[in-house]
Order: sequence, then structure tokens, then C-alpha cells
Amino acid sequence: MSEIARDRILARLRGAPRQEIPRLDVPAPAAAAPDRNARVARLKSLMETVRAEVQVLPAAEWIPRLKEVLGARGIKTLLYAPDTDLGSALAEAWQQDAAGLPELVAYAEPVESFKERLFAVDAAVTGAAGAVADTGALILRPTGAEPRLMSLVPPVHIAVLRADSVFPSLGDAMRAGRWAEDMPTNMLLISGPSKTADIELILAFGVHGPKELIVFVLE
Amino acid sequence: MAAESFEKNVDRALADAQLRKNFAFAMGNFILKRKAVFSDTEETERLRTLGNAIKQRALSRLPDLLVQLEAACTRNGIRVHWAETPAVANRIVLETIESHAGTRVVKGKSMVSEEMHLNAFLGTHGIEAVETDLGEFIIQLAGETPSHIIVPAIHKNKMQIAKIFHDKIPGAPYTEDVAELTAIARRTLRRKFYEAGIGLSGVNFAVAETGTLCLVENEGNGRLCTTVPPVHIAVMGLEKVVEKLDDLPPLLRLLTGSATGQLVTTYVNLITSPRRTGEKDGPTEVHLVILDNGRSRIYQDPELRQTLQCVRCGTCLNHCPVYTRIGGHAYGFVYPGPIGKILTPQVEGLEKAGELAFASSLCGACEEVCPVKIPIASLLRRLRDESYSGEPQGIVPGRGCKQNLAERLAWKSWAFLNTHPRLNRMVTSLLGMAGDYLPPAGPLERWMRYRTEPEFARKGLHRRAKEEGIADE
Repeated sequence: MSEIARDRILARLRGAPRQEIPRLDVPAPAAAAPDRNARVARLKSLMETVRAEVQVLPAAEWIPRLKEVLGARGIKTLLYAPDTDLGSALAEAWQQDAAGLPELVAYAEPVESFKERLFAVDAAVTGAAGAVADTGALILRPTGAEPRLMSLVPPVHIAVLRADSVFPSLGDAMRAGRWAEDMPTNMLLISGPSKTADIELILAFGVHGPKELIVFVLE
Repeated sequence: MAAESFEKNVDRALADAQLRKNFAFAMGNFILKRKAVFSDTEETERLRTLGNAIKQRALSRLPDLLVQLEAACTRNGIRVHWAETPAVANRIVLETIESHAGTRVVKGKSMVSEEMHLNAFLGTHGIEAVETDLGEFIIQLAGETPSHIIVPAIHKNKMQIAKIFHDKIPGAPYTEDVAELTAIARRTLRRKFYEAGIGLSGVNFAVAETGTLCLVENEGNGRLCTTVPPVHIAVMGLEKVVEKLDDLPPLLRLLTGSATGQLVTTYVNLITSPRRTGEKDGPTEVHLVILDNGRSRIYQDPELRQTLQCVRCGTCLNHCPVYTRIGGHAYGFVYPGPIGKILTPQVEGLEKAGELAFASSLCGACEEVCPVKIPIASLLRRLRDESYSGEPQGIVPGRGCKQNLAERLAWKSWAFLNTHPRLNRMVTSLLGMAGDYLPPAGPLERWMRYRTEPEFARKGLHRRAKEEGIADE
């Protein structure tokens, strides 16, 4: 059935008058790429206007800062990806002294057997593969080790980003990372916490995805 | 829809003060937001030109790109289906659901699924389709259809929504607090996401180069629908395909800037395959249903083909003086506003929906803001012409449906009158004397339903010019 439909649709399209329309090359943005600090500053200011919390800090300080963030919110369970660099750093820090800290929950098995746990955790920590300065968004590239639902299901999402992976624009990130050659199962841009304006255009946060997005930008 | 029922819809909408207030407020707000994000007019113009070029180029290669998309998706493990009609597309969705013994589908916002009337169809087969976008969820509870492409429940205010939630959601307290209403929706739908075996979504752009489906949203319900359930079904109109990943940055800027005045939505979701070996979540099966429903017919005409450039941002609705006053429901079809006025008559035929092409002042605000520069006003005029066309060729169903002898004769006489000076003088002076006493009947009565009665000048223009000594130039 679908086969016949396909052939008939394509035959109709092929039978239509042909138009030769050349491909316009997407011009590079007019503005010169600002330096790293300017990119980070723009990312921070844009993401903060859509209610993300962005903290720029030295790499060594992110775990202590994380502990503060978790403590301030009374978070009891923290989802993490054990087989990533971030995950092992976390586990190590918790091993040294977990007193008063939330319980670490590892995303270490397929969602089918983990769903109940996943939907009950308070917060999750993931990495960010990069960010886009001109529109203000993180780039996430979920993997087997760091699955897709980590940045979506828990009410609080904490993302850790390296300052030197902030690109001027989405086009720059695509070209630099040669996205077209190897797209993963899923990639995301995330600019802030989940929101809606479907009732009288009044902004409300956390309608379906995380209610809070906290970004640590490591210098 | 007969012309009369459209007129009745308009009368009803115009008389509804609450509805007019809701729309006037929301549309005005959208206009300001768009203006703020596109404040650099030169840059915006450059972007629009680029958006137009990308979509035109994609359409010029449409059959090739669809084949390329199919091949890329198939390589990635996405199963591609083709449907000529909504009925067939519905059938494909149903069969996919039944093959998994599913009884419930969680849905992200999709206008194509509205076009298919998918929820009602699934309902008749005992399958519950749960709308999860907050606006869609509200109108589903109310048993209504979207009144706007982007904000489907914008015709309702929070008091009305508070009542719907209280009446329809077990245990929901009556509250007009928007944050609380939102929290009620979150709680209610979380459970549905958790349990659902099938997720369904639309597609904003499908990239032929990589076989990637691009979805934009703010709420996260789209991501939940496409990530939590073990099966994801995406439905798209065949015009959604673009050539390259490189095309996405400008198109995304145009779409979100035009739709909601955002630089970027909260989420841009790029889906390229089902769950791969070693991955722990995401659907194990992804289906893509490509729907034609008249699009390949529209494609036959190089001018009308431009209708297919549409990215469904809804900004033409926001800027339309007609839409702002009557809202989306009055149009009587799935796609309201200017885009609906050019798309619906071409899909449903001029007999059924041709009246929509006349529901415009041709002010052109829509095409001034269209992010891909669809010449909407020209296409409206083209469809009006088609309604009266006597030529046998053409692709618009129902063409010539408005042709009638009386009108043809009237125009013939008018032409005759205006090419015969003596006769013209006689008739105009006659009208000058007796015109005001013409009985308000026939075409004059129709004209006067929404307009003041014409007053006839005592003396014609020619005579006055002569009396005042103005010579022919």
C-alpha cells in the first residue's frame, strides 16, 4: 500500500514543471566572532533572561558549588552518569565525604527496568557538548553512558559546560563538529527550563520538562 | 463549507466580546514580541530572503529530496511510510499502534495530525490519544479544536480554563492561578507519559542529507513523547523536507522569531535514529509517515507551489486584521488565518472552501511578515480568479465554481457602458437622479450587509469636469 502511494506521489511530483533554483550559500554571520569571554558573557545573559541559572567558575570549584546548589534546594536524590568523566568525578567526591549530601543514583541500566527510579529522582547532572552564544543555548549530545532522559525527566537539571566549547553560532558549532557526517541518535539545544505561555500568554515554568536549569560554565 | 455558514461564523465571532478581547490582546502581544526579536530590519530582510531561497530550492528538488530523506532515514533505522490521503495516514498510524497492542498514545503538538483528524479516528478504534501540549490538552478537555496554530487555546481566558480543569480532571481544585493550572497539567500528564506505549509527534523540518527530524518546542512534552515511549511515530506533510543540516540555523531563527518572538525555543530536538545498541533509553522503533493530502497537486502549479514553503509559524495569523477579529474557529477548517485562506481552498476545493479566499482585505500584512516570503495576497487574488475562471486547465479543484450568467452579463454590460461615451453619459446622469431610490435588493442587498449604502452623485465626474473647465489631459 505504502509502496504504491510512494510511487504515485513521486510520479506526480516528478511530472510537475521543473524549476531550476540554485542553492544560496549560507553567508557567514556579519559580526566577527567575539572572543571566548564575550561568548560566555552573551550565553550567560541570554540564558538568564529565559530563567536559566548560569554560573561561570574555575573547573576545580564545580563540585563544591554543586553541593551548595543541591543543599539549598533540599535535593534528596541526584541522578548521574557513572561511566562519564563528570560521573566518576562526582562519585569520587561523594566517596570522600557524602555526609549531608543527596544519594547518588546511577543511570546504569536500560530505562525499562529503571523507569520508576528515574521518574522519582529530584535532580540530574549531565555534561553539555557545547553551547551557542548568539541565541543562548546549550548543545547536548546524549550517549549510551549519558542517556537522553537525564536532561528531561528530573525536575532540576544541572549541566556542566566547558567555557572553550561555546561557539559563536549554531552554524559554527555544526561546521566545527562536522555534525552532518555523523549525527547521533539524538541531539538537543536547550536554552532554559521548560516553559509555556499557553494560558493568556502568561509565562509558567516547569510544565513538562525540568523546572530549573542550572549551568556551570568551567573556565 | 457553504459561504453562508462562514458568514454566520463571522457574525457569531464578531458578537462575542470575550473572544475578541482575548484575540486582540494575544495578537497584539505577539506582534510586539516578534518586532523586538527582529529589531534589525536589514538583518531580518536578509534572513527572510535566505529562508525563502532555502524553501524554494528544497521545493525545486522535492521528489529527489524525499527519496534522499527516505534512504537516509531507512539507513538510520527509521521506518518510512507514505500516505496519499489522511485516511491512509490514519490507517498506518493505527496499524503501527495495533502491532504493539497499544491502547493509548501520548501526542506532541502536530497540525498534520489535526489535518488527519487522527484523535477522532483513533477514538473510534478504542485508542485514546492524549494531547500533551498544554494548549492542546486544554482544548481536548473542552472538546474543541485549535483556534491558533501555535497557541491553540488562546481563545480561552484563565477563568474558562480553571473551570474546564475543575470539571474535567478528577480531583483538580478550582484555581485561576496560571502556575497552579500548569502544575495540575504536569501532574496529570506525567502519569500518562510514564505509562504510554506509543508517542506521536509532528516534524518541523526533515533533513534529507542526514535523515534527521527536527522538532522545536518550549514545554518538553514533545521530547517526552519522542523519548519515553518505546515507539515513536512522527507525521509530516511532504513539504517539510529540507536539503541540508546547514539549512537549519536560519530556518530555526525565522521560525521561532516569527512564531513567538524567541531567539531560540527552550528545546530544539534533533532525532536521527531509534535507540542504538548500548543506549539505555529512547524509542526502539521510530516511524515516519509522509503525508501528501493534495500537496503534490498544489506542487503542479509554479505559482501556487509557493504555498508549500510555509513553516507553520502562525505569524500571518497574528498580523491579520481579519483573524484578530474573528479568531481561528470561524474559518471552519484546520488551518485558519491567511495561510488557511490559501491552503484550505486548494486542498478542499473552491466549492467547499473558496469563500475563505474572499475573507481578506488584501492588506498584505501577512506577506510582509512571512518568514519565507509567501506572496499570500497574490495567491489570494489568484484563487479568487480561479473561482471565476472559465479555462479548462488548472489544478485547483472546483475552479470556475462561482461563474454565473448574471455576473458575466453584468460585467459585459459594464464594459460596454464604459466604452460607449454617449451611453455612459446617459446612464450616469440617470443614476444621479434615480440611484438613491434603487431598492436594496439582489446584489445591492448583499453589498449593504456589511457596508453603508452608496450615495450617488447628482452630477457625474465628466460633467463636473466640463463645467469647471478642466480639460482632458
